[in-house]
Amino acid sequence: MAVDSPRLPSRSGSNARRETRTALLFALPWIIGFSAFLFYPLAASIYYSFCDYSVLRPPVYIGGDNYRDLLRDELFWTSLRNTGLYAFFAVPATTATAITLALLLNANIRGMAAYRAAFFVPSLVPLVAMAVVWQYMLNGQHGVLNDLLGRVGVRGPDWLGDPNWSKPALVLVAAWSVGHAMVIYLAGLQDVPRQLYEAADLDGATWWERLRSVTLPMLSPVILFNVIMGIIGALQVFTLPYVLSSTGSPARSLYFYTMYLFDNAFVYHKMGYACAMGWIMFVVIVALTFTALKLSERHVHYGGS
Amino acid sequence: MAAALRGLKPMRAITLYTLAAVVAVSIWISERVAVPPPKDYRVHITYWEKWTGFEGDAIRAVVDAFNRSQDRIHVDLLTVSGIQNKLLLATAGGTPPDVAGLWSYLVPQYVDARALTPLDERCARAGIGPEDYVPVYWRAGVYRGAIYALPTTPGSTALHYNRALFREVGLDPDRPPRTIEELDAFAEKLTKKRPDGKMVRVGFMHAEPGWWHWAWGYMFGGRLWDGRDRLTLNCPENLRAYEWIASYSRKYGARNLQTFKSGLGTLFASPENGFLCGKVAMEIQGVWMHNFISKYAPQMTKPTLQWAAAPFPYPADRPDLAGGTMTEADCVVIPRGARHPDEAFEFIRFLESQKGMELLCLLQGKHTPLSRVSPEFYARHPNPYIKLFYELPRNRTAFAVPPIGIWPELRDALTAVFEEVLLEQKTPKQALDDVQARMQPKFEEYLRRIRLREQAEGRTHRGR
Repeated sequence: MAVDSPRLPSRSGSNARRETRTALLFALPWIIGFSAFLFYPLAASIYYSFCDYSVLRPPVYIGGDNYRDLLRDELFWTSLRNTGLYAFFAVPATTATAITLALLLNANIRGMAAYRAAFFVPSLVPLVAMAVVWQYMLNGQHGVLNDLLGRVGVRGPDWLGDPNWSKPALVLVAAWSVGHAMVIYLAGLQDVPRQLYEAADLDGATWWERLRSVTLPMLSPVILFNVIMGIIGALQVFTLPYVLSSTGSPARSLYFYTMYLFDNAFVYHKMGYACAMGWIMFVVIVALTFTALKLSERHVHYGGS
Repeated sequence: MAAALRGLKPMRAITLYTLAAVVAVSIWISERVAVPPPKDYRVHITYWEKWTGFEGDAIRAVVDAFNRSQDRIHVDLLTVSGIQNKLLLATAGGTPPDVAGLWSYLVPQYVDARALTPLDERCARAGIGPEDYVPVYWRAGVYRGAIYALPTTPGSTALHYNRALFREVGLDPDRPPRTIEELDAFAEKLTKKRPDGKMVRVGFMHAEPGWWHWAWGYMFGGRLWDGRDRLTLNCPENLRAYEWIASYSRKYGARNLQTFKSGLGTLFASPENGFLCGKVAMEIQGVWMHNFISKYAPQMTKPTLQWAAAPFPYPADRPDLAGGTMTEADCVVIPRGARHPDEAFEFIRFLESQKGMELLCLLQGKHTPLSRVSPEFYARHPNPYIKLFYELPRNRTAFAVPPIGIWPELRDALTAVFEEVLLEQKTPKQALDDVQARMQPKFEEYLRRIRLREQAEGRTHRGR
């Protein structure tokens, strides 16, 4: 294995076999880790989703009973509806916020690095700390937000106490920590070829036309990527609402799919049921991602193609 | 070594050899001089407990007393947060602790999952029996006819009220409300609103502290379970209780109450606590509340007592329900697969003795679950109402969580019902009918699955 004398791959069979063996040997730690900690649990969870399984007792095969019960479970549908509604509003809201911020932070002014850092910082705040801080800010009685609203003569709602306002409040919090998406958009913006803007200027385009016809089309692959990641993230939202209220209070308006899954697995000891929920969510995410890819085909422009 | 040294200059080699010799000699001398620690012949057992702070110190004191009392067993106490999940995983993985502290309401669920060791034979041998305990606490550890847990510190609830506020609005601070109707009237007097309708203080609210949303039906004589295979969530008594809750939303405004509640702060153990800062005049609380009053609201205890506890009111037309109290207990269990069950029980026996129990309960500021109480216990107890909290659970009207394995799921469902009623999303009737329709099939399915597991295990056992 001399490092300094690279050899062309030998065509002889025994050599190829030896190289394969060496390669496998090097990949072995990963293969073992992958099989033991990822592949096996994944495969087992498919099996368990067809079992009555409490973790403490051996699984008992019961066919599709878990799936049948889920379809009849009102709370399953409630949590799915809550999650769908949240994703439906949170993904556009976070996307719009992140793109707007990225456009603003792409301007060429003094001290830009400091501004960029400032807007990225919220993404570094641990979710639990963020949830607690927002709990105080959104408080219906003494919250900062309602205090500010009160100064302009608006009586703010009890954000986290009113079932009609709790989901919008959560979307608001989500839109506050879009740093990661913002940085990716910013990188995308800096990749837009300058000559396209110059051409647009020569044609007398306004800033809106430049945005609509140059910036957004050139940014579209990045938008697609972020939207898909956003959909996956929003459908799996857990920490933030769980810290706010583990029961999805008020009146289960903040009870999301993953919270019901967690409760089934670790609080109600219904691991098989929870596994079934996990696989249903997997199918939903795959379907949505596929739809997003299909729908975007005509609207996404790849610079390389 | 020698090959490596060959290349060195003689001086260096000599230094190295000398150093090696010095190290070797010092090791030899230190081994000769040092006194080896006495070999530990004691059996070490692990004990997982959930308490922290002063409650953690209390159990540590009992563990230390046990460790000092004999030289055969040593208990290693470990404070574990989220104990129910960790116990589940450790037991499933075959490495449970020897003793674990659990809540009584989780015992049926853990027994259904075969996670606990029955204690009947060991109790019989040690002479521990129902006559040693206040019945409601003994029953907390018994499920399907076998003993699985023994109580450690119990809790009973009572109406706590703020005497200073009673005086302020012209109520007699020594005359607590006796009936629900009186409670409502007193609450109205104690409630204070600003002209714009914003609440400044409430006399009484169901959502505070908000820990027993399932319990209100029992105050009206209702039950959640028929003792066999039917839930009775929408029985007339429960409906009446939720009508009562809804009446507060109508009277004070659902949104006002909710906003007020959110302004009370999220931390129970802090001066922000609604009862401690005088924003909630009356609430249902447990025997432990005294500890938090002393710590976070000393102004309520000095110079004169500004709070009091009394039996929770009963409906005026149901005097037979007087003295009702919600009880629960922390308890100890031996998980299935524990390595030293006998030594574990030896420790439990010490803990359950009058001496061990009174030490623990005194330090935690609670009453004892035992049927015998020493006079010193009362004499030294800091809670002025300790006798009330000890006597209430002996009443026939005392109640506890129904012993069913599906309890955690049922509890969460009832919390949602409470909020739906409080926020006027559903009428009490509709909310209770809905939850009954949803949970009854779940309960039947739960029972069916337990039977399935037992059949499957029966087959494996026969197969062997």
